[in-house]
Amino acid sequence: MSDDTATVSSSRAITVTINGTTYEREVEARKLLIHFVRDDLDLTGSHIGCDTGNCGACSMIVDGTLVKSCMMLAVQADGATIETVEGLASGDELSVLQQSFREHHALQCGYCTPGMLMSATALLRENPSPSEAEIKKALQGNICRCTGYWNIIEAVKAAGK
Amino acid sequence: MSTTTVAPERVELQKGWAGQSVPRKEDKRLLQGEGLFVDDVKRHGMGYIHFVRSPYAHAHITSIDVSKAEEIKGVYGTLTGEEVASLTDPFFQLSTPPGAHIKDYALAVGKVRYVGEAVVAVVAETRELARDASELVEIEYEPLAPVVDARRARDAETPVLHDDAGSNLMWEGVYEWGDVDAAFAEADQVVKISELHFHRFNSTPLETDGAVVEYNRGVGQWTIHCNNQFPGFAAIMMGPAMRVGLDKLRFVTQDIGGGFGNKITSHPQLVACCLLARKLGRPVNWTEWRTDFHLSMSHGNERWFHDTEVAVKSDGTLLGFRTKALDDAGAWLRYEPLGGVIWAQVVPGMYRWKHVKLEFAQVATNKAPVSPNRGYSRMQHLWFTERVIDIVAHELDLDPVEVRKRNYIRADEMPYTTPNGCVYDSGDYAAMLDTALGLIGYDAMESRRSDAAARGKFLGVGIGSTLDSGTNNFGQSRMINPELQFSGNNEVATVKLDIFGEIVVTLGTTPQGQGHETTAAQVVADILGCSVDDVHVRAGHDDYWNSHAGFSGTYASQFAVTGLTAVKGATELLAAEIKKLGSVILGGVPEEALELAEGTVRIKDNPEAALPFMACGAIINANNAGLPEDLDVTLNCRYVYRPPFEVPDLERKYGNLTLTYAAQVHVAVVEIDPETGYYEVVDYSAVDDCGKRINPQIVEGQVMGATAQAIGAAMHEVFEYDEDGNLLTPNFYDYHVPHTLDMPPLATGAIESPSPFTELGTKGMGEGGGAGIHAICAAVQDALRGHGDAIVWDSCNPYHRVWEMLQHPEQTRDLVEVTNA
Repeated sequence: MSDDTATVSSSRAITVTINGTTYEREVEARKLLIHFVRDDLDLTGSHIGCDTGNCGACSMIVDGTLVKSCMMLAVQADGATIETVEGLASGDELSVLQQSFREHHALQCGYCTPGMLMSATALLRENPSPSEAEIKKALQGNICRCTGYWNIIEAVKAAGK
Repeated sequence: MSTTTVAPERVELQKGWAGQSVPRKEDKRLLQGEGLFVDDVKRHGMGYIHFVRSPYAHAHITSIDVSKAEEIKGVYGTLTGEEVASLTDPFFQLSTPPGAHIKDYALAVGKVRYVGEAVVAVVAETRELARDASELVEIEYEPLAPVVDARRARDAETPVLHDDAGSNLMWEGVYEWGDVDAAFAEADQVVKISELHFHRFNSTPLETDGAVVEYNRGVGQWTIHCNNQFPGFAAIMMGPAMRVGLDKLRFVTQDIGGGFGNKITSHPQLVACCLLARKLGRPVNWTEWRTDFHLSMSHGNERWFHDTEVAVKSDGTLLGFRTKALDDAGAWLRYEPLGGVIWAQVVPGMYRWKHVKLEFAQVATNKAPVSPNRGYSRMQHLWFTERVIDIVAHELDLDPVEVRKRNYIRADEMPYTTPNGCVYDSGDYAAMLDTALGLIGYDAMESRRSDAAARGKFLGVGIGSTLDSGTNNFGQSRMINPELQFSGNNEVATVKLDIFGEIVVTLGTTPQGQGHETTAAQVVADILGCSVDDVHVRAGHDDYWNSHAGFSGTYASQFAVTGLTAVKGATELLAAEIKKLGSVILGGVPEEALELAEGTVRIKDNPEAALPFMACGAIINANNAGLPEDLDVTLNCRYVYRPPFEVPDLERKYGNLTLTYAAQVHVAVVEIDPETGYYEVVDYSAVDDCGKRINPQIVEGQVMGATAQAIGAAMHEVFEYDEDGNLLTPNFYDYHVPHTLDMPPLATGAIESPSPFTELGTKGMGEGGGAGIHAICAAVQDALRGHGDAIVWDSCNPYHRVWEMLQHPEQTRDLVEVTNA
């Protein structure tokens, strides 16, 4: 049995660029991207809310595509350019979307917020002025248990104008 | 999705910060991914805990072998129930016998009692390795028959979970107020409802439970970084069990990813963490997996109501009711049987029922233990009273709006003493109902009903009118167990002025998104005459701040009363000290001639003569030679707020159980597709009255959140077990919480009826009383009127249940009977 476990634990070197910084690390083959980013790189802004890819708290933009980083192994991200919540603000200045979340009280506990912001960022890049229906569709993969979404939708709408 | 806030007439416009929707101080860090949640805490050499959990609902543990797991390189160690039982004592039980006799430990000892119960803990270098190694722990079980239906728990042939208790009955009590027999004698009609069921669910905070625990061997103290929302309760559970004083348990929280009551009872897991940190000589991280949370943590109380009878006059006046409540506690009493009394905060709901009898029993079953969940125990009872109102109206062909208005406690009766001695502080329920109905365009509802019918849909309207009772009198726990030495309540705050004039506030609370840093700063700024930006409220909770007391925490709708009154008290002490110092420094000017403004203490008639706060802080903290000996000023003030409570009369079960009673009236409009039972909420209004609002935007956010959770609970969310005791909804695939696409249009409204019993006129709020559940149940029943006339008898009505009610309305009709007295 212990030999089997040793096999599962095999690791390899990967290189990823996150928010403009390049990281080279040895990573266990079975490690999820979200655990790699949080535990190995100390970028703890992205969160984990489920085991099943339902909640979206770990959403990141990988090579321009929105992904749930718990649905991807770290080794699969080798060579990728990744954007996380930590990269949204310019220094201390919040992005228009972040500012809009603040103004519209679109967050309470703030746990889903990083994933929600990444999903909304991906939406606004593709569709700078989304309708309410388009916003709802784009955010349907992100669970929030505090706000009931109404203020989040208003915040994204306002940021899109 | 327009959101309307009705400008209430009675709002007294306030000057200053309180009353304004100040943007939250918390937001900047949270928006940048710079919050500090428990799993973000890291320590050198930290090990990761994985719990091995029971696959059986009920079984004897015949053997445990951890040797293979411990052989793996990178595995630091394990903990078993046997070790726990030798190192700790069972947790203190709140119940009288028989519940008092059960022996609850941090891990299962000898027996498992629900699927997902923690049996062994494994600690390893990484999360992944801990999980892998857990697979190597060998546990032999001897399965027993499970108890999954609370209604069968007391049957003679039913297996017993806790032999020490003798049966599955944990606690029972009879509550009776007024003259119930006389009420039924006076009634023109009696409506009987044989069974109603409030289902099992919880708020599923997006962040699961967790902790990072360090042990300082030299001083024998644990530092527990966690997301427990009631450290005071955890401490009194953990200290005696671990045989240590509470000074040895230092609780620290910062950002918490939602709590909703579900994070009150993590003390068993925290004990396991503490034992492992000490045993292994290294910090340990426990981060619960989502599946673990669903399987094992804090399900809301499932409750049955049997043999209900309601005494009614022919004009629709409600006289009284009697019922038997049966609470399914799950396998352990982790906060229970407090649910057996908490409901009594709102005995008559919003109504003038004078005569009430309720026989309460709580039983153990082979399901996850229940714990507080947003609206804890009152929600179950309020759902019952609202169901009763709408079933009575349905059966007697009365208008649900008129029945409510006829029976609501009136504004001119406030403060109103309920049959069991609770004092509703203020409110105008009928005005709230009118506002809520106006927001959904109730006047045009009949034409909308016709329009829906033309499209083949059944439209229904439902009302949920509830109370969010806040600031507990913990003396009510003695109605459960007279031996308990709890009563009253308290909360703490400190405010200090530091060397460079920094205003620093600490709280005792453990906020999970309620914006305490912001609202506390608003109260401080108004008193000190400065900007909210000048007020620094420390994030989270730390026992080392010494700004906590026995009941500190964030639960039970109380911060706006307990927390903010403590802040107000501490700030007023500081303001007085600043003036005292100013009086000396400004040459003996009387304190009455001074004012605090623009970050200074200054002479009212001569604002040029001002001493900046920075100078005050510097003088007291670093430049104090020559000050008068009798100048009693530290500029570091601590205040403990203690609400005015008496111990209830235990014989009569009578007394005021909470200080404030915020109110909610929600109206839901649904459209049902009769072919399938599928339905949508097409319109929704929520009107809230929580007295004075310090920050209306935060209040509205709480109203919205509670509404969304209620919609989820009413339509989808259920912790459903099969006959073998397997949880069928252990993750977010099967447990459907609302998504963006599920949300109806919402109009919110607010009325402010300041509480006469609180210093700021505020009332605790946030739980929302489950108003949305009641409103949707009522709306579904209304939509089915004339289409089989089914009675909604369960609090969760997914599409298949609506379809069943359409197909077989008689099965629900059989639950109801009307007799003429």
